[in-house]
Amino acid sequence: MTILLFGITKDIVGSPTLSVPTSSVTGKQVPKTVRELKQFLGDTYPELNKLSSLAVAVNHNYANDDDTINSYDEIALIPPVSGG
Amino acid sequence: MEPRYIRQTQLKDFGPEGQQKLADSKVLVVGLGGLGLPALQYLNAMGVGTLGLMDQDTVELHNLQRQTLYTENDLGRSKLEVAHEKLSAQNSGTTFHLHDTFLTKDNALDILEVYDLILDATDNFPTRYLINDACVILGKPFVYGALHSFEGHVSVFNYNDGPTYRCLYPNMPSPHEVPNCNENGVLGVIPGIIGTFQALEVVKVLTGIGEVLSGKLLLFDGLTQQSTKIGFKVNPENQKIKKLQDQYQQLDCSVVPSIRAEEFQLLLESQQNITLLDVRTPNEFNAQHLNEAINTPLNRLELAAEHIVGTKEVYVICQSGKRSEQAIQQLETSFPAIKFYNVLGGMNKMMMLCP
Repeated sequence: MTILLFGITKDIVGSPTLSVPTSSVTGKQVPKTVRELKQFLGDTYPELNKLSSLAVAVNHNYANDDDTINSYDEIALIPPVSGG
Repeated sequence: MEPRYIRQTQLKDFGPEGQQKLADSKVLVVGLGGLGLPALQYLNAMGVGTLGLMDQDTVELHNLQRQTLYTENDLGRSKLEVAHEKLSAQNSGTTFHLHDTFLTKDNALDILEVYDLILDATDNFPTRYLINDACVILGKPFVYGALHSFEGHVSVFNYNDGPTYRCLYPNMPSPHEVPNCNENGVLGVIPGIIGTFQALEVVKVLTGIGEVLSGKLLLFDGLTQQSTKIGFKVNPENQKIKKLQDQYQQLDCSVVPSIRAEEFQLLLESQQNITLLDVRTPNEFNAQHLNEAINTPLNRLELAAEHIVGTKEVYVICQSGKRSEQAIQQLETSFPAIKFYNVLGGMNKMMMLCP
């Protein structure tokens, strides 16, 4: 599962994309919903938990926390940005 | 049709009708900085009839890298005055409304009401949420642009009952969650690109050509030249806003004690032994600092201990007043016996008072 990162999430993770390995590699449960994905990423990158609004897009559309995700989905983390 | 706009009016899908619509329109640009200026230069050139300009800052040297309407001769002058002068020279047919103020919850509805469309060229979340809420109340579309490092975001909110800014980001980030350009930096050309995209969306909204970026967030990455569009839907709850919030500035409640720069200046002149921490980086400190200041960068606040233990009052300063506020929140926890004061406006303000 590849995740595209925007705004401050790119700085937090330190790269423009992030790869979530499948369960066969890690033995861990792979996130099945947007909410689980946020928790999964927040455990690895606690700074992400500090964002009060973090939009997640699945296949180029804004997704809600309960929406399901699959390993072939294209996911993006889009926090608000403020510069002008 | 006057020949000035012939290159536009000869466009089949734009024509004299499109030009007339621009001429009849009133657009307010909030913020005369990196995004607002390129947008204004094009909207003014293309013949938008009435343009509102709003800002209260003065032109500073570090603006010139991206705010290309300003020159070295304009340093220290008000942005409003300089922009008005240059845009008037660019197109004498435009009517300009000058708003020598920042947008506040008290003036927002009155100011926005007379315009057809608002262009959000601000650099902070509180004003963006204020613009959103005021536009929802007044039923006006607003064209949004925002930057982060090499990246830009563009969308059109509240257009024909479409999604609002809050449909994308329901909650305003707390003050130190997401850095702004002052803290994070921005490559000069990026606001030029994003501000110009905003001008394009304005023209589409006003004339009805093309597909407006409503319900879509355009993400532009300057480093890869890649653009991505994300679709999002309206949450009807966010369209029900009937009045502005009481407070837009601070959402994390912990307002730190502060002192106005003018008062602090008087204090420096009248008192000895003032303890002043400057929490900027060593580079910023070395470039310019107040005589009394001790440099304890925000990420090395432990350095402050030896200077402040035993004192009763400590003043804290940074460039604009934001990092010092953040520092005080940390210092208050470590040194509960000491009273900390934030110097409002920071070095920017102090240098204006006592250059």
